[in-house]
Amino acid sequence: MDPLRRSPSPCTSRPPSPRTPPCEMLGHVGIEAVLEQLKIKAMKMGFEFNIMVVVIAVIWLLIGQSGLGKSTMVNTLFKSKMWKSTLPGLGVPMPQTLQLQSVTHIIEENGVKLKLTVTDTPGFGDQINNDKCWDPILGYINGQYERYLQEEILITRQRHIPDTRVHCCVYFVPPTGHCLRPLDIEFLQRLCRTVNVVPVIARADSLTIEEREAFRRRIQHDLRAHCIEVYPQKCFDEDISDRILNSKIRDRIPFAVVGADQEHLVNGRCVLGRKTKWGIIEVENMAHCEFPLLRDLLIRSHLQDLKDITHNVHYENYRVFRLNQSHALPRGPGWVNLAPAPADLTATPGPWKVRWQAHDSSDEEC
Amino acid sequence: MAAEGARHLLFQSHMATKTTCISSQVSDDEQRQKRENVRSLAMGGHVGFESLPDQLVNRSIQQGFCFNILCVGETGIGKSTLIDTLFNTNFEDHESSHFYPHVKLKAQTYELQESNVRLKLTIVNTVGFGDQINKEESYQPIVDYIDAQFEAYLQEELKIKRSLCTYHDSRVHVCLYFISPTGHSLKTLDLLTMKSLDSKVNVIPVIAKADAISKSELHKFKIKLMSELVSNGVQIYQFPTDDETIAKINASMNGHLPFAVVGSMDEVKVGNKMVKARQYPWGVVQVENENHCDFVKLREMLICTNMEDLREQTHTRHYELYRRCKLEEMGLTDVGPENKPLSLQETYEAKRHEFYGELQRKEEEMKQMFVQRVKEKEAILKEAERELQAKFEHLKRVHQEERMKLEEKRRLLEEEIIAFSKKKATSEIYQNQTFMASGSNLRKDKDRKKAPAYRFELLCFDVRACETTGGPKDAEEGREGPSTVGRP
Repeated sequence: MDPLRRSPSPCTSRPPSPRTPPCEMLGHVGIEAVLEQLKIKAMKMGFEFNIMVVVIAVIWLLIGQSGLGKSTMVNTLFKSKMWKSTLPGLGVPMPQTLQLQSVTHIIEENGVKLKLTVTDTPGFGDQINNDKCWDPILGYINGQYERYLQEEILITRQRHIPDTRVHCCVYFVPPTGHCLRPLDIEFLQRLCRTVNVVPVIARADSLTIEEREAFRRRIQHDLRAHCIEVYPQKCFDEDISDRILNSKIRDRIPFAVVGADQEHLVNGRCVLGRKTKWGIIEVENMAHCEFPLLRDLLIRSHLQDLKDITHNVHYENYRVFRLNQSHALPRGPGWVNLAPAPADLTATPGPWKVRWQAHDSSDEEC
Repeated sequence: MAAEGARHLLFQSHMATKTTCISSQVSDDEQRQKRENVRSLAMGGHVGFESLPDQLVNRSIQQGFCFNILCVGETGIGKSTLIDTLFNTNFEDHESSHFYPHVKLKAQTYELQESNVRLKLTIVNTVGFGDQINKEESYQPIVDYIDAQFEAYLQEELKIKRSLCTYHDSRVHVCLYFISPTGHSLKTLDLLTMKSLDSKVNVIPVIAKADAISKSELHKFKIKLMSELVSNGVQIYQFPTDDETIAKINASMNGHLPFAVVGSMDEVKVGNKMVKARQYPWGVVQVENENHCDFVKLREMLICTNMEDLREQTHTRHYELYRRCKLEEMGLTDVGPENKPLSLQETYEAKRHEFYGELQRKEEEMKQMFVQRVKEKEAILKEAERELQAKFEHLKRVHQEERMKLEEKRRLLEEEIIAFSKKKATSEIYQNQTFMASGSNLRKDKDRKKAPAYRFELLCFDVRACETTGGPKDAEEGREGPSTVGRP
């Protein structure tokens, strides 16, 4: 029916998938060298990582302080002055429009280059009426997906499409000690469907350890009650080792973090920390705050996973949603018909799509 | 370097790590960064994202790798043996016959595992290549197969709900072209096939059964082959030389193309160990001996050094080319007629309008035709009805006429019967009178009964006189006589 669809050539187009057990090799061939090749290529090309920090500033915190310390957090995370934290003076009017500011840096460590983009969202939750304050953020996230999609469906497309999609969103929960506020819940519900969200308890030095634990349990309970799936999502655990690792992480979410970019001398060591009259809070000390956990999760162990989930799940959901917007198109392979991008890109695509099918069903590809 | 230092944001800390600079790319990076407004940053400590490549590798290990090799060569030239030797396995295969009427391709997939790397290897063999008398169509099935794999991938990519991460990639990553060791030059078939394949797949030519040529001849042969390929514009795969870790070895290997290989899975004792070799009365050709043949070089280049590059070239160069051509064929472009960037959706909308317009037109046509046919049929049927009606009328009339005739006849007959019965009555009276007169008429009547000419003699018979001989019956018989004969 679709005149633009051609039937494939009559030759056997797909080789059958193997039903025989793996072949026995009689000696070393050298296949594992492909891992080295992969590494070399990846290092040559460099990596990209986009992180977004969202904070809902409670009005009383704004006065005199620079919010919940998100810029400091980012600086601490990457051990560099990524952001100059701004201190609005008294009398400075609160920003009327919600502006998203994005800064890109290239950082390098031992030959691995990382192009890091941090997007800040100042001025959220400041207004009297915060209805639909998530729209600009969702609009920005969907805008990045849109940009990638447009690049992908070009006929002459680039060798390496620049990836500006948000890989991870760090959500700062203010340390009220009670539970998640309605604004937080609304926001998280919408965000979780579009992007990987990692909630953290900001400025955790204002809570004692017991208060912290209680707060954490209550937040976890709230998240479960409202069906908010934060990263690492349960449905993407592939095998038993993943599940064990991720459930350990899930147990500690949201992390209670303290950010600091100044160094102090403690017991002869130079540590990053906040100096107060009653002591020094060491950022990298697990007894004081959970910053190392956050850092390990985001950078050392799950960075690639964050990117994968963004690419394979969130982006695909968005793509399906956009392609389905044109109703008259017959389903199935055919040329893509993208309806003109809606001015309001905040519509959220929908429920999860499971990323990996069970391994035995992948044989049905033939 | 000084310029770069100025662009770094300063961070006072004695924990700064050394940042390694890649000299050749600095100026490019700076240009790019200037354009993108991106800054380089020096970090104050160990962050830990150097494990990123390891994370990538771990993910790839989980997913497994996929590699597809296409072997093109004449029957019996040693393709299967070479693949067996390359991967050190005995893939099951039997010898193919020489008598196929067409070239066909046979694909088999195997799963190999080495330490923690899983490889899904697909070997595609040409069956019957070079066996036909007329070889004009020999290369077409191969080209079709390669295109079909690209097509399948393109279809998957264009689907709305797609699953590219679990898709079994069947695109051909490398084509090993087996040249037979004549020692002279390329055959025309080889040239033609390689020419048609070079833009679709990475072609690596190999000289098969290299133990049939001597070393000096081999050298001349290689030079001849390469010059022929170059002069005919065949673009074979060049090992990449842009990454300094493997540039040197790749460059030197490029000089050894095409590789002269010998394949064998048989083991022969040489010295004090068993090696793969071919045994001849005059000596032993060892497969893994660099002096004897280039097998080790081929294996190293194909698998150990460049497998990933082959896959990347297939995806970024050959597949993109195919995709672009295919989409342009469908009439979709990125740039409109006034050179303004035209989005795909507008083009598609236009095409769709066209298509639906045509569809509607066809529908109209069909409707018209349908209506017309119905009318015609109706006319025919009406005609038939009229004829039937006419026939009916005609028959009715005929029937009527017959009836009238019969009525007429009946009337006449009835009249005759009446007349006859009157006559009978009168004759009876007359008979009575004559009987009274003479009783001997009885005999005469009996005689008359015997004479066949008189059929009606029975009518004249006297009813009373015949009572003894069954008279009334005879009288009735006489009445039914067919013709009226006059009274005797």
